Amino acid sequence: MEIALAIAIMALGAVVLGAALGFASIKFKVEGDPLVEKIEAILPQTQCGQCGYPGCRPYADAIANGEEINKCPPGGTEGVQRLADLLGREVKPLDAEEKPKQLAIIDENTCIGCTLCIQACPVDAIVGAAKQMHTIIAQQCTGCELCLPPCPVECIRMEVIQENIDNWKWKYPVVEIKAAPISASDTTGGSGGMKEAA
Amino acid sequence: MLMNLFKFKGGVKPPTNKTQSVTLPIAVAPIPSRLVVPLHQSIGGTPRPVVQAGDKVLKGQLIGEADGWISAAVHAPTSGTVLEVAMHTQPHPSGLDSLCVVIEPDGKDEWIARDLVDYKSMAPESVREKLQQSGVVGLGGAVFPTHGKLTASKTVPMDELVINGAECEPFITCDDLLMRERAEEVVRGIGIFRDLLQPKKVLIGIEDNKPEAAAAMRAAVEAVGEDFVVVQVPTLYPAGGAKQLIRVLTGKEVPASKRSTDLGVQCFNVATAYTAWRAIAQGEPVVSRLVTVTGNVGEPRNYEVLIGTPMDELLKLAHPHPDTDGIIMGGPMMGFLVPDRRVPVIKATNCLIAHDERLFPPKAPEMPCIRCGACARACPHELQPFEMYWFSRAKNFGKTQEYNIFDCIECGCCSFVCPSRIPLVQYFRFAKSEIWAREREKNAADQAKARFEFKQLREEREKAEKAEKLAKAAAAQAAKKAAEAAAAAAAPAESAAQPVAAEAAAPVTAPVPPAAAPATGDAEKAAKMATIEAAMARAKAQREAVQPKNTDNLTPEQQKAAADIEARRVAAHLIEPEPAQPAAPPDPKS
Repeated sequence: MEIALAIAIMALGAVVLGAALGFASIKFKVEGDPLVEKIEAILPQTQCGQCGYPGCRPYADAIANGEEINKCPPGGTEGVQRLADLLGREVKPLDAEEKPKQLAIIDENTCIGCTLCIQACPVDAIVGAAKQMHTIIAQQCTGCELCLPPCPVECIRMEVIQENIDNWKWKYPVVEIKAAPISASDTTGGSGGMKEAA
Repeated sequence: MLMNLFKFKGGVKPPTNKTQSVTLPIAVAPIPSRLVVPLHQSIGGTPRPVVQAGDKVLKGQLIGEADGWISAAVHAPTSGTVLEVAMHTQPHPSGLDSLCVVIEPDGKDEWIARDLVDYKSMAPESVREKLQQSGVVGLGGAVFPTHGKLTASKTVPMDELVINGAECEPFITCDDLLMRERAEEVVRGIGIFRDLLQPKKVLIGIEDNKPEAAAAMRAAVEAVGEDFVVVQVPTLYPAGGAKQLIRVLTGKEVPASKRSTDLGVQCFNVATAYTAWRAIAQGEPVVSRLVTVTGNVGEPRNYEVLIGTPMDELLKLAHPHPDTDGIIMGGPMMGFLVPDRRVPVIKATNCLIAHDERLFPPKAPEMPCIRCGACARACPHELQPFEMYWFSRAKNFGKTQEYNIFDCIECGCCSFVCPSRIPLVQYFRFAKSEIWAREREKNAADQAKARFEFKQLREEREKAEKAEKLAKAAAAQAAKKAAEAAAAAAAPAESAAQPVAAEAAAPVTAPVPPAAAPATGDAEKAAKMATIEAAMARAKAQREAVQPKNTDNLTPEQQKAAADIEARRVAAHLIEPEPAQPAAPPDPKS
């Protein structure tokens, strides 16, 4: 009798908990893979395809399914580091040469207006029409280089984005180690000077 | 006048070093050999150059047009010839270049026609516009375009207008001398701000180490007949920070995410009020400013300097000692060593300090943080610099933001008191610019992602539209073919049923053209036409009568087989029953 009661109680518990779990799985269903979203947030969204996938999202999917994390040259070593931190994988050296950030520039005198680069641009950063001069919207260009191969007259070149006053960053403070006697290159009294940031 | 003052937490009392440069009155610096006027001298959009090499310009002529609302125009500081519009090194810690207009003065210092207006008759909107076109910006150091601060909040009534004459940073005395010598114009400038913002009261805060300036301002307020209150505030660095001065004078604390206008307070520097008055009442745009030249020089004093004057030429006027090894722009607490002595004076340049080892002995090396908390006690914003330092050093930028690094005004109090001589502000500047850079990158990535996704969506939509179009065309083609086939199937049946009728019809239709012919009066031609038509009709009838012969005279078996096939086709919906109906057995070819 007691055994039957115990079984009944356990069975009841199983039914109740099963119902709760079933309810939760419907009510709190997660659309899509949250891991892919997190990976995609780390990828630089250049949509350049240098990883061998047609865009950043497909590569994020692939990484979630076990693809290597070192195939994104625009993301650089820092990108690999962050992906490794997220996924708990080992940091690997980048599977390509790391390049500084670039910008495509159309030589407008040579451009014949073929529209091939417009079709190739993954982010619609090129404006122009058939037989009209094309130009690149600098702010939108991701520097993916996808417009280079289709150009029949090779009028597009990549330029490294130079440091300017708007994108300049304060450097990490480094303590200068100098030979004694200490030279006079130290600067302002209170806040610490420029030279320390060299 | 006595009033209840408040206190801000922290602050330091560095040696003020102000007495050296207040002994002599303001001098007008001579016109230099060359003026390099940077176009980007204020917060906001970079003005567009409106002159080119070779142009003759007059003093006060527009050379850079404001780009957008938060941006201020730039003007030629003297008359002369534009040599070039090119990149030159900036008075900026980076030492990078930016676009400048280089002017060779002709020595005449000839003004452009100045329109003198009575601002009281102008609409507030046009006063703001006039200030923007005159290049009036905050001269306290932040160079925020002044017209952008002159719109009162719609929801919060404007209680206090705070005028900042505190000038708390050591060495700098340009605001002090301005108030001593040109107090009336400052007061009239404050009057413009008061009329635009309509505050309940106007408070002029001056540190109590400048009694002459306070007295001059009181006298000027009385002389002009205003009701502004001149308040002497305790000398404590950084009492001249906008948020600190607002706190001291009104007791209001501006929260991190809000602006002072949200609390009904607005703050301007005295020099800004002065330039605003000059711009509005005398039609003179901002082409010069007062600069304190001090430090390791023989004759420290304040000069009225044309914007764009090379710093080394200005420094020479004060006879620098030969051991001078650099120029600090700004004060010793917040200033920086300029990258090149030839960089120009800009609107933000309030002070040049000739640097040498005696005044600024080299700092001993940085030691580890001992977490003594001296920086937290000194911080006027009640932050915890030692925590922010720790996370900045570890490049853990998320944590620095949790400790409100963006509330830091980089006043340097923490570095000043640090017993381990850690350049704390350097770490905070590094962390801030790193966070900004990441923010920019993130925004760019988000934008690229959105554009990429939109492009994919568009391509898919275009593909779908194309497929739909093709399907429609194919359907139309098929329908046309089916109709033709039906017609072809129907016609033989008719002609087979009455081949004679077709033959008979020919002569009947033939006479129709001749009937119409007499109207034209050309009977011969009509007759010819009639014969041709009759012949064609006959040929057609003949052809139709001949063609479907294979369906004539079918044996009963053949007819039955054909009917069976027809039934199966109907059952399989291959053809519509209707077109099959009139045609007896179908054409075996089809």
